Amino acid sequence: MKFPTASAPHTVAPHVAPKGVARVMRLVIYALLPATALHVVVFGPGILVQMTLGIATALATEAVALRLRRQPLRPFLTDGSAIITAMLIALCLPPLAPWWLIASGTAFAIVIAKHLYGGLGSNPFNPAMVGYAVLLVSFPTHLSRWLAPDVAGLQTIDIPFMDTLHAILMGHLPDALRWDAITSPTPLGAIKLASGRTLEEAVASPIFGPFGGRGWDWINFGIAAGGVWLLALRIIRWHTPVAMLTGLMLPAAFMYAIDPGTYPGPLFHLTAGATLLGAFFIATDPTSSATSDQGKLVYGAGIGLVTYVIRTWGSHADGVAFAVLLMNLAVPLIDRYTIPRIYGHER
Amino acid sequence: MGARIRGGLTLDANKTRSTRLALRAATVPERLILPLDQHAGAPSRPIVQPGDAVLLGQPIAEPQGDISAWLHSPVSGTILSSPPPPAGEGQGGGDGGTAAPHPNLPPQAGEGARSIVIANDGRDARYAQSPVDYPSLSAADLRAHIARGGIVGLGGATFPTAAKLARSADVDGIHLLLNGAECEPWISCDDMLMRERAADVVFGARILKHATGATQCTIAIEDDVPQAEAALRSALRETNDIAISIQRDIYPAGGERQLILAITGREVPSDGLPADIGIVVQNVGTAAAAARWIRDGEPLISRIVTVTGAGVSEPANLEVRLGTPVASLIADCGGYVADVQQLIMGGSMMGQALTSDQLPVVKAMNCIIAATAADLQPRGAEMPCIRCGDCAQVCPATLLPQQLHWHAQAGDLANLERYGLMDCIECGCCDYVCPSQIPLTQRFREAKPALLATLRARRDATTARAHYEARGDRLQRIEQEQRTRLEEKRRHLAGRKS
Repeated sequence: MKFPTASAPHTVAPHVAPKGVARVMRLVIYALLPATALHVVVFGPGILVQMTLGIATALATEAVALRLRRQPLRPFLTDGSAIITAMLIALCLPPLAPWWLIASGTAFAIVIAKHLYGGLGSNPFNPAMVGYAVLLVSFPTHLSRWLAPDVAGLQTIDIPFMDTLHAILMGHLPDALRWDAITSPTPLGAIKLASGRTLEEAVASPIFGPFGGRGWDWINFGIAAGGVWLLALRIIRWHTPVAMLTGLMLPAAFMYAIDPGTYPGPLFHLTAGATLLGAFFIATDPTSSATSDQGKLVYGAGIGLVTYVIRTWGSHADGVAFAVLLMNLAVPLIDRYTIPRIYGHER
Repeated sequence: MGARIRGGLTLDANKTRSTRLALRAATVPERLILPLDQHAGAPSRPIVQPGDAVLLGQPIAEPQGDISAWLHSPVSGTILSSPPPPAGEGQGGGDGGTAAPHPNLPPQAGEGARSIVIANDGRDARYAQSPVDYPSLSAADLRAHIARGGIVGLGGATFPTAAKLARSADVDGIHLLLNGAECEPWISCDDMLMRERAADVVFGARILKHATGATQCTIAIEDDVPQAEAALRSALRETNDIAISIQRDIYPAGGERQLILAITGREVPSDGLPADIGIVVQNVGTAAAAARWIRDGEPLISRIVTVTGAGVSEPANLEVRLGTPVASLIADCGGYVADVQQLIMGGSMMGQALTSDQLPVVKAMNCIIAATAADLQPRGAEMPCIRCGDCAQVCPATLLPQQLHWHAQAGDLANLERYGLMDCIECGCCDYVCPSQIPLTQRFREAKPALLATLRARRDATTARAHYEARGDRLQRIEQEQRTRLEEKRRHLAGRKS
């Protein structure tokens, strides 16, 4: 009898075949769902509209880019990576941001940051953060219009779903609503704007709870839950998140110890802004991050440190996106100096 | 003392299927095919002519050069065909550099390849070979005798045993490790050997200990072979010259370099050999083969082969004469019962896919898997690397396979060297976990020859430069000496004149 030849190994792990990449992406999408659900509870259904628009844009632009690059559509459109990019951008945008914001940000992420660099696996920069950074630099006003979180004790105006849809699709609020009536500064924004007041006065505002910004604490809880789940599944490893949180909280603790009246403490930074989203879902993007375990520690710590510097002394309220992009830039250098010792070699 | 090996996988061993039935002898076929290159190094040279009558255990081919092996007739009968000497005769080069890259594989062309074919007369008439009282021999004489038994490493590499033992000849305080850690899935021949012939293993261990002058001997087994462990302990009762070390059942714990790290806590230098750190590793099957040769006068003419997979009805371990066609083993195990997708020689991780079941059993063949679709998880369509790093997590050599893959695609030899391509042991762990289904091991195997050629050229250039510089120094020294002598002579003459 004759048999086909093949190269060893003749079998692969059951969990990676036949579509291991799609499985990884699918699990990351699932891990984002708790935070998304809590986002709806705190800020209303805007995030769902944003995500729908973002995913539609991502898949459409991905299809066009693949076609232009003469790549097969099916494996790449179904791998789920574009969906994650869209979801991450949506989570960074205010719930009522106009449709063209999420659409242009996502399109930029997919076409420029991903496909111009070679598509899946070849992008040196995190596509979602490129898309978000472009929006942040181009349309800062739109990105500052965060709604007041719908939590007990805060006066929030209930916005019906149709009004949400109207605001996003028309690009302006329905006549009955006014921006200054429904928006509220984010915790990081509030501290940035607290010039003249002490930190204590700023934090006394009702938007702050025991775990940083109220409402935000719930969303962060959802993000952390998803992140820990991904850690347990070994989809991500601990090195980058732990290093990033350490890189952020250590200088925060140091400055807080020097002057607690000016500098917020490490716990505030832990739950503020995009810290946890960055630690578990953005910095851990494998393609744009460092390779080895040691490299991931350096990379993560760098993101944490740069984030702290931007938040504390920079002109933007949050710095996770810029910190990630900056450290993406440093990855080839980090990789060069963090090759693990090979068996049988001296250091 | 030992250290945890890095990386590795916990795999579904699939071993119990083939260990339910006792070890038994396979049917000896009417015609046996014996390839001349079933060991690492230079192929053997036939010493028989077609039409010659041969006895069981009679030498039929002799080694060529230092790294080569004797071959013996597994049956009594008549030589049907024997290849004439190759055109470029006299290839007994020192380091066996003329051999094919994978000399331990059966010739995929079957009888077309260079093999001796023997018609079995069914009598098993034995060639006279008396047992040897090995303790009375010197280590060197014992090694020479082991070579005459055609003994090669039966763990898969088929390196001629005497040559491997000779590398440690000048090293004091050798630690002999007997490798019974059969880490690859499906294979159970060493487990069965230790269960049923523990005395052979122990006797062979003492022979190899004497042949290396080893001061320490350890038999390494995995923690999933309790019966083999019990048999070994029973065979070692009331002696204390050989230790047993139980290793975690993790793949590839039985890899030579991994086993050394696990037991001694030391690493073999990348460009060195185990002997460089005072260690010699031999497979337990090799030890048992040496025992049969020294004690019973029976050279290496048979080996234990695991026949398994859902494709055969009665998986088992068989004692098989070399040269038996694989199809005959399948028939012994009840024949094919399902649609066999692949016939694999060896385990599922490092085995070689055979093109035909007419190929003969060779010294390297530890296992035959008649694999159905249910036995193997086929690879899906290849996707780009997403740099997840799972490959690096499981690499037992602590390489970064994703970086190697990147540089292999670019043909970047400098970076392939820097990232340690030649340290890849081709265990397949990275492939196994790759979500992008990239055939990494195959890519690395394909990239190695180019890098190896570059490294060799550089080494040769370095040697040549060293020779050239040494010659310059030598000439200069001679000139200097002549000048000094001349000077002295002048002074001497001048002294006489005055």
